[in-house]
Amino acid sequence: MAGGHKQPPQDHPKLLMQDIVKTFPGVRANDHVTFEVRAGEVHALLGENGAGKTTLMNTLYGLYQPDSGAIYLGGKRVRIRSPRDAIAHGIGMVHQHFKLVYPHTVAENVALGLSGAPFIGPARVVERRLRELAARYNLPVDPKAKVWQLSAGEQQRVEILKALYRGADILILDEPTSVLTPQETQELFKVLERMKEEGHAVIFISHKLDEVMEVADRVTVMRRGKVVGTKAISEVDKPTLARMMVGREVVFRLSKGVCQPGEEALIVEDLHASSDRGLPALRGVSFHVCRGEILGIAGVAGNGQRELVEVLTGLRRPRRGRVVILGRELTGQSPRKIADCGVAHIPEERIRMGIVAGMSVEDNLILKKHHRQPFSRGPLLNLREIRRFAKQSIEEYEIMTPSPKTPAKLLSGGNIQKLILARELSGQPGLVIAAHPTYGLDVGATELIRKLLLRQREAGVGVLLVSEDLEEIMALSDRIAVMFRGEIMGIVPAAEASLEELGLMMAGERRAKEAA
Amino acid sequence: MRRLGPLAFERRLTPSRPAVLGVSLLAILAALGTMSIIFAAYGVPPLRAYAVIIKGTLGTRFGLMEVLRRTIPLLLCGVGLVLAFRSKFWNIGAEGQLLAGAVAAAGVALFTDLPPPLLLPAMFGAGFLAGAIWGMVPALLKVRLGVNDVISTLMLNYVMIYIVEWLIHGPWKGPTMRGFAYTDTFPRAAWLPLIPRSMVHWPTLAVGVGAAILVALLLSRTRLGYELRVSGESPDAAHYAGISFLKVSLVVMFLSGGLAGLAGVGEVAGIHHKLLPPIQISLGYGYTAIIVAWLARGSPLAAVVTALLFGFIFAAGDEMKVTLQMPFQVVGVFSGLILFFLIGVELLMYWRVRFLPKGEGWTGKAGS
Repeated sequence: MAGGHKQPPQDHPKLLMQDIVKTFPGVRANDHVTFEVRAGEVHALLGENGAGKTTLMNTLYGLYQPDSGAIYLGGKRVRIRSPRDAIAHGIGMVHQHFKLVYPHTVAENVALGLSGAPFIGPARVVERRLRELAARYNLPVDPKAKVWQLSAGEQQRVEILKALYRGADILILDEPTSVLTPQETQELFKVLERMKEEGHAVIFISHKLDEVMEVADRVTVMRRGKVVGTKAISEVDKPTLARMMVGREVVFRLSKGVCQPGEEALIVEDLHASSDRGLPALRGVSFHVCRGEILGIAGVAGNGQRELVEVLTGLRRPRRGRVVILGRELTGQSPRKIADCGVAHIPEERIRMGIVAGMSVEDNLILKKHHRQPFSRGPLLNLREIRRFAKQSIEEYEIMTPSPKTPAKLLSGGNIQKLILARELSGQPGLVIAAHPTYGLDVGATELIRKLLLRQREAGVGVLLVSEDLEEIMALSDRIAVMFRGEIMGIVPAAEASLEELGLMMAGERRAKEAA
Repeated sequence: MRRLGPLAFERRLTPSRPAVLGVSLLAILAALGTMSIIFAAYGVPPLRAYAVIIKGTLGTRFGLMEVLRRTIPLLLCGVGLVLAFRSKFWNIGAEGQLLAGAVAAAGVALFTDLPPPLLLPAMFGAGFLAGAIWGMVPALLKVRLGVNDVISTLMLNYVMIYIVEWLIHGPWKGPTMRGFAYTDTFPRAAWLPLIPRSMVHWPTLAVGVGAAILVALLLSRTRLGYELRVSGESPDAAHYAGISFLKVSLVVMFLSGGLAGLAGVGEVAGIHHKLLPPIQISLGYGYTAIIVAWLARGSPLAAVVTALLFGFIFAAGDEMKVTLQMPFQVVGVFSGLILFFLIGVELLMYWRVRFLPKGEGWTGKAGS
């Protein structure tokens, strides 16, 4: 808005972002957002993906310039032009994807870009204060360790220490728990408590209600670029927050029939495979999935899940072991052969791999099936049939697209995933391999996709579900396998599984008694 | 959105058709503008230069025919390159593939005893195959050994240039040519018919237009075309969908090289009637065709138009040489300028410029 901003209120909160507007092509990511944080509080910023949380925080951190609006720190208007400005103002940010230099040590990472660090041997100077800070906030990390050797939780500690070292008074954490085991999450929460006691403010970006209820003092809910409301956590409960976030009632329990496992849809025996870097990624994995059953694979990212899915779908060659799908030996076969045998694959990287971004919705709907009847007749494409199938799929799966000819990249994440499911679930697969099928999707799309997977199970299809979202794994699976460093730590019937037990296995504890 | 005074720049994900057309025209205009400086430096008033060029090419029948004659090899190579570029295979080797076609045609014309009606078709067939094989070598190298396609296709041009040089100085040197580095003249049956009083070998032109249409159909209507588009747009999705990168690359380079080979057949059978030094067979058509294909932006039919544009530029070069006494190399300068500006303005297509109404979004120093 031109001119005439209101004066900031009298009591001077630690941070006030007033009337922030930020527009991207076609989207108003922040629409007159006003957001306030006080000293000594954990303030959760809650909203679905695309609600504008990260945009708002990137604006605060100087990565974006707002189209209009103002930022006040302690009642003083500031202009934050870059992350360097933000750091100078005592704002620190831990991004969802860490910004660390992996071959370097912890101390070197902290020293990187630090103003006033000596030119020669900066890491040494940093080390002492780093140990002090680590002790004060209970963030144990070895300053001499190389970052690539650290677990995700430890890397996050490095990021937090980096921010604290630079004198962060306001710490922004973007989806900090997405890479953590439940135990690591608890440790993080303790650190946040400690920061509160020291009078710092923490902004906690999340879309997970349980966490927000647990750790936050106040919560601001955003939806479609606007603030729905700011509440003290004592005034709200989960259903209220969910309603504010989605704009309607949300059903938390999925209705799920009794599991009636049939014959084996997938048998994996002693599977070994290497990662892209040639290191062992799968080390003797064995399990089976029956028809009419969902087997969930839980685990912290990077413990071999990706390689497992790639081997099963033919994208990666196994070094040893056997894969039998729907009664056919398919070890090391080509992706086309495996797909043609009735295996649907919902890939982890849906935009890079699951669709051809520049091609139309219509063309994308026949990918993998383009070479078969009815989409091809000899060397020619059957354009009429392709158009008919596109129309049918768009209707059936409620894919929101201006037209079948629209390039797939213009669709939202949820609609891209619906497109992929429409394609993969057509033609009655016998086995569905779904990798992180709801990652980054909003609540509505997530609900729909989970229902579709359950419907496959009811129809007697075997489903292998790989996900980092424990809640999702627990809600959908009949049995849960936990992967750690390329091995299966144990397989638990979902009904008996507890978060604690799964968490321990995710951290590398082998299950004592093997379940069937 | 970014601002510059009252102008707002907005990013857009897919450029609109008018934007592509407008921006391409802008690039050509900018190149013409820069050419003016070069004309002026040569002591030729730019406006007079443009008048002479247009009169000499588009103003006379002879000029128009010259444009067409130059268009033929550019069109055939250009269509082939459009195909290669659509699958993101960076074929910089059309020049070598064209020469391979010329060599094969010459071999058939000089050293076989085919009955006259079969001679020309056999020359076209052999020329296509030779270009295709020359094109498939880098495809194999890329898929099997990961050799960079730009380097291998480019380097193979030089290999083919020296093969031609060796042939005309050595085993194929024509005894009737009194020491010149030419082969003997082809028998009459191996000469392509021309449009009267011109050098336009119309059968090759027809083949070129036909190829443009067929390639357009291949891309939009066939399974192979679909796989090729997927491979070009997203190699990861192609892998995921079980599309064989080897097969697609080989087929693409078979066709792309083959079409360039046909261009070579046309040049030797239509104009020279013998094999002669490479720089006389092709005036860098294989390289200029890269710009033809780039400007056509993935559309084989648009390549017909862009090939005509560059046919005009080549014909203009002849005119500049004869009437304005400028070196023919000016053609290279002009083509280079067009490519330079085309790539330079690429960015513009992805930004929409609009005027902000007074007041809107002018944060300025407000509020402080």
